[in-house]
Amino acid sequence: MIVVKNLHKSFDKLEVLKGIDCHIHQKEVVCVIGPSGSGKSTFLRCINRLEEAQQGQIFIDGEEVTAPNADINRIRQEMGMVFQLFNLFPHKTTLENVTLAPIKIKKMSKEEAEDIAIGLLRKVGLGDKDHVYPSQLSGGQKQRVAIARALAMQPKVMLFDEPTSSLDPEMVGEVLEVMKNLALEGMTMIVVTHEMGFAREVGHRVFFMDEGILMEEGTPAQIFDNPQNPRTQAFLSKVL
Amino acid sequence: MDFGFTNTEWFFGTMIMDKLNEIYGFQVVVNNLGNFAMGAVLTLEITFFSILIGMVLGLIAALGRMSRMKIINFISVSYIDFFRGTPLFVQILLLYFGVIPLVFDATPVQAAIIACGLNSGAYVAEIVRAGIQAVDKGQMEAARSLGMTHGQSMRFIILPQAFKIVIPPLINEFVMLLKDTSLVSAISAHELTHTGKMLYASTYQAVWVWGAVCVFYFIMTKVISMLGDWTERRLAT
Ligand SMILES: Nc1ncnc2c1ncn2[C@@H]1O[C@H](COP(=O)(O)OP(=O)(O)OP(=O)(O)O)[C@@H](O)[C@H]1O
Ligand SMILES: [Mg+2]
Repeated sequence: MIVVKNLHKSFDKLEVLKGIDCHIHQKEVVCVIGPSGSGKSTFLRCINRLEEAQQGQIFIDGEEVTAPNADINRIRQEMGMVFQLFNLFPHKTTLENVTLAPIKIKKMSKEEAEDIAIGLLRKVGLGDKDHVYPSQLSGGQKQRVAIARALAMQPKVMLFDEPTSSLDPEMVGEVLEVMKNLALEGMTMIVVTHEMGFAREVGHRVFFMDEGILMEEGTPAQIFDNPQNPRTQAFLSKVL
Repeated sequence: MDFGFTNTEWFFGTMIMDKLNEIYGFQVVVNNLGNFAMGAVLTLEITFFSILIGMVLGLIAALGRMSRMKIINFISVSYIDFFRGTPLFVQILLLYFGVIPLVFDATPVQAAIIACGLNSGAYVAEIVRAGIQAVDKGQMEAARSLGMTHGQSMRFIILPQAFKIVIPPLINEFVMLLKDTSLVSAISAHELTHTGKMLYASTYQAVWVWGAVCVFYFIMTKVISMLGDWTERRLAT
């Protein structure tokens, strides 16, 4: 479903991605792990073109995202993204955060968008918070609203960039729970994470990235219990 | 006899009034309160319309300055640099005597509004640009990641947040603008400073006349800042 071919990305002289190749299937949950600065976020952001790659191609369902004439605004509607720092719209209520894009982009009626939004907010466990502003929510609640906001566009793929890294430990679980349910429903997901427990339990495949290279990939059992690459071994010995 | 004053206070009060009435300058001010008020009203009018022009131009120039299109960017930067980099007084003279007559026959007040509006637009542009850039970068990314165009993201996400940020510096700009309209007295727009000039020329009561002019300006700028504080408080949620 998602095909990445020879992806290269540099910031000025700094080469951050040095030729990534991978293939992600429909309904697959891929967890990307690796040390800080290895290019995990950059990889994810290239997929929806928040960063422009210099070389290589990315295809979603056969459509080339990286084509110069690609309708990126339409393609992005099919890829939800969840950020480490939530990036909720502070001047909008929870409900408006979720309904804004369907109303403005999909030209959905307000009633229909609100119906869908209330359903999604209930699904992430925030059915009673629809008229609250983001500043009144806890970190875990904010991130669950952000997930609902992305889901409201009915994307085919969800991209998560360290969705729990800025949360207090007691709130990590509630967000992972929502993500786990999403995976069980068959959502295709790419999750950059430091939560090894989540990667092992929910991930179908794990990518280990280091220095802009996809060093090793495999099932969680392969990567966590029997890593082949010495870099992977060194990284895991530090974090596990 | 009890008017809330003690006898001594009463005595000094009337004595001060009597003394003031003996002063020619005080009489000049009192007799010309209507003229001052008319001047002040015109000052407010010039300021108001200049602000309108300045806000529209400022928003356009700010967006133009951040545009990736080279020509638009160049025009915006040139406009902003020119009006911020040269004295308003000279701009007023250039526009009134030089540029505007080429286009149409403007009254001094119209020329004053055009000059002050153009000048203010350049400052508003920089205020708006700073406000937009103060909005967290993640906001634009979140909006774009949902599939909004750059324009939609600006309109629904960035500008509403920038708006709150720019209110205090904008109010400050309006206060500056109101004070700067005094320069248009040079082209005989009959605003407050011009009123002062005329009265001074016929009475030579510098302290009284210019003192009164100051008091009028001060009241107007104070009202603007108070309105600004009130708006800021209402929007702070
Ligand atoms: N906009 C940018 N401009 C310049 N350099 C950047 C930019 N974004 C990222 N980098 C650099 O690219 C490298 C990879 O960054 P990236 O954010 O992809 O790493 P990461 O694997 O996500 O790390 P972390 O686990 O800390 O989030 C880093 O050295 C970073 O400093
Ligand atoms: Mg990162």
